[in-house]
Amino acid sequence: MAKDAIRLDLPVSEEMLRSLRIGDEVLIGGTVVTARDVAHKFMVEKKPEFLRPVLRGAVIYHCGPIMKRAGEEWKVIAAGPTTSSREEPYQADVIETYRVAGVIGKGGMGEKTSAALKQFGAVYFHAVGGAGTLLAACVRRVREVLMLDEFGAPEAFWVLDVADFPAVVTMDSAGGSLHREVLKASEERLKGLLG
Amino acid sequence: MAGFVEWGLELIRRTTSDLSPDVEAAIRAARDREDEGTTARNVMDVIVRNVELARSGGTPICQDTGLVGFFVHVPRGTDTEGIRADLVEAVRRATKEGLLRSNAVDPLTGRNSGDNVGAGLPYVAFDFDDASEAGPGEAVVTVDLMLKGGGSENVGAQYRLPDATLKAGRDVRGVEKCVLDAIHKAQGFGCAPGIIGVCVGGDRAGSYAGAKKQLLRPLDDRNPDPDLAGLEERLLPALNELGVGPMGFGGKTTVLAVKAGKLHRHPASFFVSIAYCCWADRRRRLVVRDGVAELV
Repeated sequence: MAKDAIRLDLPVSEEMLRSLRIGDEVLIGGTVVTARDVAHKFMVEKKPEFLRPVLRGAVIYHCGPIMKRAGEEWKVIAAGPTTSSREEPYQADVIETYRVAGVIGKGGMGEKTSAALKQFGAVYFHAVGGAGTLLAACVRRVREVLMLDEFGAPEAFWVLDVADFPAVVTMDSAGGSLHREVLKASEERLKGLLG
Repeated sequence: MAGFVEWGLELIRRTTSDLSPDVEAAIRAARDREDEGTTARNVMDVIVRNVELARSGGTPICQDTGLVGFFVHVPRGTDTEGIRADLVEAVRRATKEGLLRSNAVDPLTGRNSGDNVGAGLPYVAFDFDDASEAGPGEAVVTVDLMLKGGGSENVGAQYRLPDATLKAGRDVRGVEKCVLDAIHKAQGFGCAPGIIGVCVGGDRAGSYAGAKKQLLRPLDDRNPDPDLAGLEERLLPALNELGVGPMGFGGKTTVLAVKAGKLHRHPASFFVSIAYCCWADRRRRLVVRDGVAELV
């Protein structure tokens, strides 16, 4: 994204993840796995073993993509982030169970997730909402899809190889939250504007 | 002769992948306002590149192709039910072709209809009194299509004046306070920078609908009502002073435009409604003049 964006080619060390701070811009490469509402409920309630090797060190992406099948191959047509707060009841548990490097989404998450990021050295990355075509173009390969028949295309686990996927760290493993800071600053300005 | 099924399909195809020029110009101007090297600037750069890429590839700007709304102006005596049925069929075909994601869910069973058609969807509204597009003796039908993302719909709000928490009275200043509060509360959740529709007055339902209808106006027009024009001109810089910025990361542009309308109210009620549209403000107009269709 920026000239001085940090390259994050997954998997990376916990030390590297812990060094990231809110406001850092990153270009993510490596394995990203989509998961939204049904998938999160499933991960927490069933704790399926087959997901462990897929998710370890990878990043979960809150996204319900538009996919197209061309012969044997799947192609990503549009894949921007969806609102993360719906996964707040599940996310901390998912981070602990599957030891993911982090989560990509939009809008930020709550205190429970923030505490899990701190405990397990993970990071919340914010993607640019609405940039469905550009973010789809960052996908180099659709490696596999899990639970497609059970959950349908938008809710399935799409295992994607991405490169140069632009995102901003908005919640870090030191407990920082850019969302909290911007809200506080705009609250002050609102008070002034309301008079 | 082609009809509203084919025209509607073409309208949808264009709207999903190509922003109208006024929206794109506002996005580019917002990008240029942010300082180089800031996150806000870089986010706006990503947005601009996404807009260009979607247009050149004919792919959806956003994977949430939104709620489908048609606002149709017709001459008196038009077969509106025929047009409605054709537009619904156009939506069905567009969903089948993969131009639209299926976004019609039964609220009780949770079942997705799979074709974007359901109770109240797609939204089709008719209006008979707008003759602005028609010359003498011409039969002109205009169809405005709006594809509005779910995230932005969620941050819409309605207030009732007076409002003690905001110290907002039943006057224009009170209206301004409501809008300021709503956009502060929206933060980045509606995919900022947004386009804001405001309706002052009306009943509850009419007020919300009136706010959404404001989103159909070109971003660079001027409100013919001097009081409403003044309200818009004061609100735009004030909302940007909130500093929420693109995606809620902080920055100079929180909203791209503010459009306000009014409806007469019952003496006991004073509603202020706010409709929020994400930066991916996908709307297009189809004009059918004497059976010849054109996208504008």
